[in-house]
Amino acid sequence: MTTTGIGASVRRKEDRRFLLGKGQYTDDLVLADQTYAMFVRSPHAAAVITAIDTAAALAAPDVLAVLTGADVAADGLGGIPCGWLVKSKDGSNMVEPPHPALAQGKVRHVGDPVAMVIATSKAAAKAAAGLVDVDYDVLPAAARLDDAVADGAPRVWDEAPGNVCFDWHIGDPALTDAAFAQAARVIEIDVTNNRVAPNAMEPRAANGHYETATDHYTLYTTSQNPHLTRLLLGAFTLKVSEHKLRVVAPDVGGGFGSKIFHYAEELLVLWASRRVGRPVKWTSDRSEAFLTDAHGRDHHSVAKLAVDASGKFLGLRVHTYANMGAYLSTFAPAVPTYLYATLLSGPYDFPAIYAEVKAIFTNTVAVDAYRGAGRPEASYLLERLVDKAARELGRDPVELRRQNLIQPDQFPYQTQVALQYDIGDYQATLDLALAAIDHAGFPARRAEAAARGKLRGLGISTYIEACGIAPSALVGALGARAGLYEAANVRVHPTGGVTVFTGTHSHGQGHETTFAQLICERLGVSIDNVEVVHGDTDRIPFGMGTYGSRSLAVGGSAIVKALDKIVDKGKKIAAHLLEANVADVEFKDGQYRVVGTDRVKAFGEVAFAAYVPHNYPIETVEPGLEESAFYDPKNFTFPGGTHLVEVEIDPETGVVEVVDVAIADDVGVIVNPMIVDGQAHGGLAQGIGQALLEEAVYDAEGQLLTGSYMSYCMPRAADLPNFKVGNHVTACTHNPLGVKGVGEVGAIGCPPAVINAVLDALAPVGVTDMSMPATPEKVWRAIQAAKKGA
Amino acid sequence: MATVTLKVNGKELTVDCAPRTLLVEALREHLRLTGTHVGCDTSQCGACVVHVDGRSVKSCTMLAVEADGAALTTIEGMAQGGELHPMQAAFKEHHGLQCGFCTPGMIMSSTDLCARSATTPTEGEVRHWLEGNLCRCTGYHNIVKAVRAGADGMRGGK
Repeated sequence: MTTTGIGASVRRKEDRRFLLGKGQYTDDLVLADQTYAMFVRSPHAAAVITAIDTAAALAAPDVLAVLTGADVAADGLGGIPCGWLVKSKDGSNMVEPPHPALAQGKVRHVGDPVAMVIATSKAAAKAAAGLVDVDYDVLPAAARLDDAVADGAPRVWDEAPGNVCFDWHIGDPALTDAAFAQAARVIEIDVTNNRVAPNAMEPRAANGHYETATDHYTLYTTSQNPHLTRLLLGAFTLKVSEHKLRVVAPDVGGGFGSKIFHYAEELLVLWASRRVGRPVKWTSDRSEAFLTDAHGRDHHSVAKLAVDASGKFLGLRVHTYANMGAYLSTFAPAVPTYLYATLLSGPYDFPAIYAEVKAIFTNTVAVDAYRGAGRPEASYLLERLVDKAARELGRDPVELRRQNLIQPDQFPYQTQVALQYDIGDYQATLDLALAAIDHAGFPARRAEAAARGKLRGLGISTYIEACGIAPSALVGALGARAGLYEAANVRVHPTGGVTVFTGTHSHGQGHETTFAQLICERLGVSIDNVEVVHGDTDRIPFGMGTYGSRSLAVGGSAIVKALDKIVDKGKKIAAHLLEANVADVEFKDGQYRVVGTDRVKAFGEVAFAAYVPHNYPIETVEPGLEESAFYDPKNFTFPGGTHLVEVEIDPETGVVEVVDVAIADDVGVIVNPMIVDGQAHGGLAQGIGQALLEEAVYDAEGQLLTGSYMSYCMPRAADLPNFKVGNHVTACTHNPLGVKGVGEVGAIGCPPAVINAVLDALAPVGVTDMSMPATPEKVWRAIQAAKKGA
Repeated sequence: MATVTLKVNGKELTVDCAPRTLLVEALREHLRLTGTHVGCDTSQCGACVVHVDGRSVKSCTMLAVEADGAALTTIEGMAQGGELHPMQAAFKEHHGLQCGFCTPGMIMSSTDLCARSATTPTEGEVRHWLEGNLCRCTGYHNIVKAVRAGADGMRGGK
């Protein structure tokens, strides 16, 4: 290992520009002749638009255009497409309603865009937006999941009876029935996974520029996925050939899933730019973000666990309602199906599983992938259920888990819900985490807390996730309408610098450093001589962006594949220079060497020869040293681990303080330990946020009650402790780096550990259930209710 | 229109703007100092913190005209002669940033805290002080470490 290669905590190359205030985020860009867009959005969750009067807005100072759904229709723009097709268990396709970029006829959630005002200043656009007069005939709304499935609920879409988008299942019902028939005990749980808003700190923005002279479009946008945005713009929404479309996602201030999707505003600024002949920029404010960015989670499930007399798991049966919102966002149908139900085996050896998932339309903004996407919902359900089983069976929750974990000699392990885990060691991470939190010392800490009048609890979660969603053939069979490979191009320059073009996208994950480390390790070049380029469809062969912790496992593997080609081509050049057979040349530590001799050529000499081919095998090898590769994985990767959380509750106020968090994950081979720890920290904060503070709440009429940071409680520095993060490595067996993925482990493993800790703390006062978020009020009320019941 | 005279990062500058213009708008849109960010519309997130006459202020809570005559420091004014400010250096060393969007506000808030303190602030003091700055990436773990190291750095220590 070099000091900057794989395994080194290299300080990040990208930090300098961010620290100097020189990052270039989408809203920082002002194009020549820039204009500004403001949207008029529905104040109602469900209504018929009876009239739109734009005259006053159009007559306002500095206004260039006011556009409505009628203009969208007249210009033939396509609706925002959904990227996954899920079939119901009867074989029918999901209900896939239209999603016009500006509402046509009806609005279906608060924030649904109705009109777009373009003016020469932001202030003028905002003022004029207030002058657009929209008449609505308000309809009853089906806003909350439980309300939308009730008998007689209003329909979000006429074509979706019962508001059902699809009714899907997985697993073997007969096998599961047989397992339950043999059970000594059945444990049942009813859990809700609370709806949350992703809250990247940078609000979404889009700046569209149409060049009349060349008939080309450029979109600057806050995207995790610029090539997919270009693909959808080209094929579905703007309907322009891709060679005329450039999508640039410059520095992006966090994503967490909410910036994967193709949003209407991205289409509309390009279209509006064509109409007004000037670049058009829209920047969301935070309140608009709460109303329009896709939300996450929002499941309601009932699950049953069958166990034998010894506590061995026999079977699992799950029924889930998943909220889709009013429209189907890009990945939405995949989240509660292929990313959720396929993870219901968790890290456990389950002989039988059957799960049914009903996806439900509601009059709310779309629900789609958010950090972990489906995996947190599976982990939360399972880990709450296993903890409940331990309590009902009188077993230690650690030991019950240990008894049922998949053993190291059981890999590869075929689950009952489609996935095959390639490798793992769940006992090792369990032991590491227990040692880190001093599990043995917990009873003394609990007693000490009790002496201070505090209730102390320890919560555990053992979890698994699936990252690097793939391979393309499998996801295609499962309903994906795009491939899920990754592309890379490695360009070695004549004097030794290297530029890597990757189809993944960094919005905080540190790719510019981690990917450079791969080059440094493999080619022996200095890390300062490597530049990583991402986020621009004109510069990069292709890409599928960054989400689902896929960047290193899929994108990094594509880079490695391109590097293999570079090394091989260099070998041919070196063999010529060294007057040896190619088969006798090896590449190691940055040098080509004739095996067993001291005859060497440094990588830099070979690169130079490739571009200055004076003494060169020109008949058999092309000049230049640049290679591209596309990598399509054989399988998902499966990180897993144990999260332990210790809390203290003040029974007088209901405040839950997280006093300690110790986690041990197996994320595969670690390229940059500092960055891996940082990713785990961020996920933990979001997991604790969901468990204790955060919830996106709609009232029965579909008004969002938590539409700003005044009412949506984000985790702050004082809400969190330091985190103890450990790792145990088993290398992924099917990608060349052995990596698995880390970005989501905290958000997946942590929430059930927090709630299990809260319930452990509250057990002595008789509280047996707690939903997320465990706010002080909710905890206090639970304590009071238990006291009354006692 | 109002004319506002400011000393920004050591330079005398004049901004002609509508009286309702927020200080953050004057910085970002009139002076093109885009290191100061806007992450919310309720003054909760702290991405827009700058120093006004040496004290940290959320520049979205102040009108540009209120800052008339003031000396401002923004993130662009922290590094001197190509050298990172000790707080900036500490954030890099301790991986106190990921996407970088909240970072300018974090640096400006933290340097004010550490300039006010005679000693290195405790972890609890740092966490309490940062209640007005939201970060969604780091979980604050490394930010807290960075701020304490930056405090040492500002006093010339290690």
